[in-house]
Amino acid sequence: MLGFLQRPVVVTADINLNVVALTAVGLLSRLWRLSYPRAVVFDEVYYGQYISFYMKRIFFLDGSGPPLGHMLLALGGYLGGFDGNFLWNRIGAEYSSNVPVWSLRLLPALAGALSVPMAYQIVWELRFSHCAAMGAALLVLIENALITQARLMLLESVLIFFNLLAVLSYLKLCNSQKHGPFSLSWWFWLTLTGVACSCAVGIKYMGVFTYLLVLGVAAVHAWHLIGDRTLSNVCVLCHLLARAVALLVIPVIMYLLFFYVHLVLLCRSGPHDQIMSSAFQASLEGGLARITQGQPLEVAYGSQVTLRNVFGKPVPCWLHSHQNTYPMMHDVAAPLSPHSQEVSCYIDYNISMPAQNLWRLDIVNRESSTEVWKTILSEVRFVHVNTSAILKLSGAHLPDWGFRQLEVVGEKLSPGYHESMVWNVEEHRYGRSQEQKERELELHSPTQMDLSRNLSFMARFSELQWRMLTVRSDDSEHKYSSTPLDWVTLDTNIAYWLHPTTSAQIHLLGNIVIWVSASLATVVYALLLCWYLLRRRRSICDLPEDSWLRWVLAGALCAGGWAVNYLPFFLMEKTLFLYHYLPALTFQILLLPVVLQHISDHLCRSQLQRSLFSALVVAWYSCACHVFNTLRPLTYGDKSLSPGELRALRWKESWDILIRKHQ
Amino acid sequence: MLCATSRFLAATALRAQPRGRGPALRCRRRELHFPGHPEPPLCDFLTGQLGRPSVPAGRRAILRRGRMPPAVGGGLAGSELRARRGRCGSQAARAVSPDVAVEAAARSHKQPAPGSRHFEAAGRWALLALVTLLSFATRFHRLDEPQHICWDETHFGKMGSYYINRTFFFDVHPPLGKMLIGLAGYLSGYDGTFSFQKPGDKYEHHNYMGMRGFCASLGSLLVPFAYLTVLELSKSLPAALLTAALLTFDTGCLTLSQYILLDPILMFFIMAAMLSMVKYNSCADRPFSAPWWFWLSLTGINLAGALGVKFVGLFIIVQVGWNTISDLWHLFGDLSLSLVTVGKHLTARILCLIVLPLALYTATYAVHFMVLNKSGPGDGFFSSAFQARLSGNNLHNASIPEYLAYGSVITVKNLRMAIGYLHSHRHLYPEGIGARQQQVTTYLHKDYNNLWIIKKHNTNSDPLDPSFPVEFVRHGDIIRLEHKETSRNLHSHYHEAPLTRKHYQVTGYGINGTGDSNDFWRIEVVNRKFGNRIKVLRSRIRFIHLVTGCVLGSSGKVLPKWGWEQLEVTCTPYLKETLNSIWNVEDHINPKLPNISLDVLQPSFPEILLESHMVMIRGNNGLKPKDNEFTSKPWHWPINYQGLRFSGINDTDFRVYLLGNPVVWWLNLLSIALYLLSGSIIAVAMQRGARLPPEVEGLSQVLLRGGGQLLLGWMLHYFPFFLMGRILYFHHYFPAMLFSSMLTGVLWDTLLRLCAWSLASSSLARGIHTVGIMSLLLGAAYSFYLFHPLAYGMVGPLAQDPRSPMAGLRWLESWDF
Repeated sequence: MLGFLQRPVVVTADINLNVVALTAVGLLSRLWRLSYPRAVVFDEVYYGQYISFYMKRIFFLDGSGPPLGHMLLALGGYLGGFDGNFLWNRIGAEYSSNVPVWSLRLLPALAGALSVPMAYQIVWELRFSHCAAMGAALLVLIENALITQARLMLLESVLIFFNLLAVLSYLKLCNSQKHGPFSLSWWFWLTLTGVACSCAVGIKYMGVFTYLLVLGVAAVHAWHLIGDRTLSNVCVLCHLLARAVALLVIPVIMYLLFFYVHLVLLCRSGPHDQIMSSAFQASLEGGLARITQGQPLEVAYGSQVTLRNVFGKPVPCWLHSHQNTYPMMHDVAAPLSPHSQEVSCYIDYNISMPAQNLWRLDIVNRESSTEVWKTILSEVRFVHVNTSAILKLSGAHLPDWGFRQLEVVGEKLSPGYHESMVWNVEEHRYGRSQEQKERELELHSPTQMDLSRNLSFMARFSELQWRMLTVRSDDSEHKYSSTPLDWVTLDTNIAYWLHPTTSAQIHLLGNIVIWVSASLATVVYALLLCWYLLRRRRSICDLPEDSWLRWVLAGALCAGGWAVNYLPFFLMEKTLFLYHYLPALTFQILLLPVVLQHISDHLCRSQLQRSLFSALVVAWYSCACHVFNTLRPLTYGDKSLSPGELRALRWKESWDILIRKHQ
Repeated sequence: MLCATSRFLAATALRAQPRGRGPALRCRRRELHFPGHPEPPLCDFLTGQLGRPSVPAGRRAILRRGRMPPAVGGGLAGSELRARRGRCGSQAARAVSPDVAVEAAARSHKQPAPGSRHFEAAGRWALLALVTLLSFATRFHRLDEPQHICWDETHFGKMGSYYINRTFFFDVHPPLGKMLIGLAGYLSGYDGTFSFQKPGDKYEHHNYMGMRGFCASLGSLLVPFAYLTVLELSKSLPAALLTAALLTFDTGCLTLSQYILLDPILMFFIMAAMLSMVKYNSCADRPFSAPWWFWLSLTGINLAGALGVKFVGLFIIVQVGWNTISDLWHLFGDLSLSLVTVGKHLTARILCLIVLPLALYTATYAVHFMVLNKSGPGDGFFSSAFQARLSGNNLHNASIPEYLAYGSVITVKNLRMAIGYLHSHRHLYPEGIGARQQQVTTYLHKDYNNLWIIKKHNTNSDPLDPSFPVEFVRHGDIIRLEHKETSRNLHSHYHEAPLTRKHYQVTGYGINGTGDSNDFWRIEVVNRKFGNRIKVLRSRIRFIHLVTGCVLGSSGKVLPKWGWEQLEVTCTPYLKETLNSIWNVEDHINPKLPNISLDVLQPSFPEILLESHMVMIRGNNGLKPKDNEFTSKPWHWPINYQGLRFSGINDTDFRVYLLGNPVVWWLNLLSIALYLLSGSIIAVAMQRGARLPPEVEGLSQVLLRGGGQLLLGWMLHYFPFFLMGRILYFHHYFPAMLFSSMLTGVLWDTLLRLCAWSLASSSLARGIHTVGIMSLLLGAAYSFYLFHPLAYGMVGPLAQDPRSPMAGLRWLESWDF
């Protein structure tokens, strides 16, 4: 126990200057003139409004991703002392002086800068040479699209950072597995893997792909562990449990934690309230809570209530009637949904028809059959006694005679439970006295205890998560949207910003040499892998076992990372943009030096060939540097180019570079 | 797209295996007599055949390399039995005796005769016959009821009639299923005159039994197919019997088989493909023999059938493909085989599993287009060039000038289906909606207001003046389109379109053809070089507005009353290539040009094939659920959450309700969970190197390999639905349900055997297997007795009424019968 007293305390610093240098140039490239342009650039207009909401602690709903990313950006604003007062309405709008642009953009830029040394570390941990590792980092360094994306208040660079961190820490874990399982560093890297994965998922749902990749690789390794007969059963069980906790339990807890912080921060009602259920709204400060606070819990005969439809689509709505009648005679079929019954308010219109105005109340979420109808909490259905039709929101808009309001029908076919048939009481007033005046007085004075503060976190989380996943944005077209096929060959770009007077502009435009060679490297990798696999199957081993394993692991993580971050987009129906490809591209770039080193080590037969190959690689890299330098004005937007120069930069017909007609 | 994918999948598909000559004989014998099983007497026979020391060793090597084709598995079980009997005969006898007992129970009419192999084989045939007979009996019982159209019969019966009447129609599914229905109707004397208007219409004198009978017979064959598949995979008669019972007594399968639907046909092909795949796996030890070729090509044929009925046939193609790839991979790793042999294997599979199915699939389309040669309700979905093929269509045998020239009067049709012709009329856009100029819309019907004149942008002279030479319009020309009836020019400007934000409004502008520079459009042919002439019907053209650079398109949105509920036309600034902005010229009048017959322009067969696939895929994607409608979700299906009303609603109606037999379905659900549990326990134990007793190892191989294939089938036929955006129905689950039932059969038989084995010392063990299987069989039968009115029809009060015969059977509130 006290052994450390007997020996001197020695600290051995082991500094890899490569990493230090890479970090420095990374920071330089990403942080240089960070607060330029002092104007809203592209999607900053979108993320900015949420930052303002955080600053003002107003609840909002954003379907594009979980809250961690927004919160990190908001953290930048908080540290910079942002008060949230800025109208985020238009790309190109000048920031007012109260917006701390530098600190808002700092976090993504730091993440982008740190990706450079991490690329180095990953390739090194994959057991490739320092040279290859250096190459990977230098490629990430001069990738224009990554720089553009990192220098602005956007989330992709943070996502890439956590993706890389997850892979890196998993590799560290694997490498420490051999000498010291269950050591301190082993636990550290294991936990960090889980944390990084959950952060990646917490920033964008897309992070799930990398998480699944890491899980998959971990599962294969765990399977090998199970097969390792030198380990005892208990030892294997411990390994599996540790992994399960770190890679499954921790991410779930972290994910919940993000939402917890999010909900704690956003406690005031705001513009998106209406999408949420009455109970959720009542749990926010202001808004509905101001009305419902102190209203009686249990609905009694004689209560005055508003009934809100639980489904809330196409828009949130309440059961409503007004003095106008349906334009036709009282018909049985509903006006727009011929399969359902019409619902109307009925007093004796002198039409000889028996009144059919009895409805049976059915509390859907009751726990016992004796439950009382409660305000806000109870979800109820109204079943028409005569026809057993159920009161339902059909979703259709009535024509002009119905003031474009939504149609309510009696659903006869009643195929099971659907939220559009379920209603809940929102406002509730109840007065006991019979006298009109006293009654009104009673109705307007709060009577009973506060009921809706006790909505549990899990209930709020699940509702919020569900709404986030199902909320639909309708802007399906965008000038710069693209398809996944455009990305591999960089057939598209996005104009992010244009200087109001000069032709200085920022584009999301990649370093085309790197893009093309990374794609080529993937193809080469796939072909070589197939070739080796087939040969090995016929018992011809071209590679020594250890370099074969290295080659496979590098492919699984880098090519696999590219595939899982790219291919799913073919199945997605949402509007896609070039920046969706950046996480995949990063993995692809990591594969590039791996393939190059492999070719040099195993396919170049003689020293001469090897030297020639190295010379080629150097020439190719200088070419990439040249492209970086040429495209730099479009990446940093710091230099106004003449129309001629801009036209010269339009290397592809499909690139949209903005050229002012009247200078 | 789908076609391409299927080709890829099939390309990745292949399988087989060779092996010593010894077992080959066995294989053939088994083929001749009956699909093999290691029942005790047969085991004796096998043991006799296999009594050579070298064979088991070879087999173990196979096992370790991770492949156990069922034939080898059978051999394995035999050798295990032999080994065991060598060690302790009595135990072996005990372990296998439950089978005998079950068999005895299952066919009480026949005494088990341990000595006689022929007798045994005859017994198996009898059992198969019994299973088939029972299946046919349940499916054909009350087949004629109800005597009115049920559910989707209204579609598929109608489409069958279209084939008999040879009128062209459009459907989102490939044609084979409906063609077979039509053929069945034709052969059974149905004349195609019934209109199949809507569900509930009485058939009266029309002969519908032929079509229903055809579907019912294919549906009945599912049971013997499942029986044989399980027998082949597990080598266990009780497992096969259990599967057969589950399917026979499932009210859902029964209901789905009794009507004129595509599903029985689809499931028939899926199961047939699965059975032939399993069979040819069994022949793997005798590659290139006659039965091997037979089963291999039969697999291919059935794959074509499955894909030809519905696109979900793709899933079974994936399964066969996966099986083939892993098989080829093992062959390739077998160093005793030369590369030439492996190449032969590969070629055989390419021929039988890719080329043959593709040829057959294409052939069904050829027949489809050949039979349907009259104009009908499907015309409008297809391009103008396509319509020219159909007799009765106004484009048929028409003759028009081939190339567009200035002065031509034309109609312009949008390439996206159900958009229609570019149209204008003497009505202005109302106040407040863009500029108050003449409306331009698209209109689905033929009308004089669809006619436009092509003019040069800079002159207003009449190009039809005989003194001018004919000048053709070329790709890249700047033109003006003048509306013939109103003499206004097609015009666009920086005003927002009426419905689609961010798009520009398109109007008719100018007086007698004189407008401004906003009337100029550049005409471009998609994928062509500049200067090419423009062909009627065939050229896909775009109109690009010269001033704003936007593209003329239709958004497909319906305009309000002021626009006569025609579709909106906009000019979109987004230069994305979508069909909404691509047009073709359909009618073409130009007296100065010679007319040619449209036959010249008719598309070739590959073009027709491609077009019909595009239209089908688009149609499928168009089937989107509405927000406020209750829709069936994939997670509802395995738990039998809710059925489908086939017929009748009220208590006076004859009601048929498609719902799985809950006992069977919930047993299936439980079995999947149990399978995953037991499978992973065994897999982990094997990975840890646990030494399993030979009996257990044999059984766990059956569970992992045979059960694994079935589980894969279930997953492939179920999980993809979670990714589908189109509207889904309960009946989509039934192919998956077949696999799930087969898995249940294999699982329970194996588990009970394992149970019996672990209790081998007690006298209880003897009965466990028998009692277990018997109780499952009886449970399925009894639940069928309870629920059979769902399928055979219910009249009288609904189930919530205590007087109803179904009272008390509404176990879930979501079932409404």
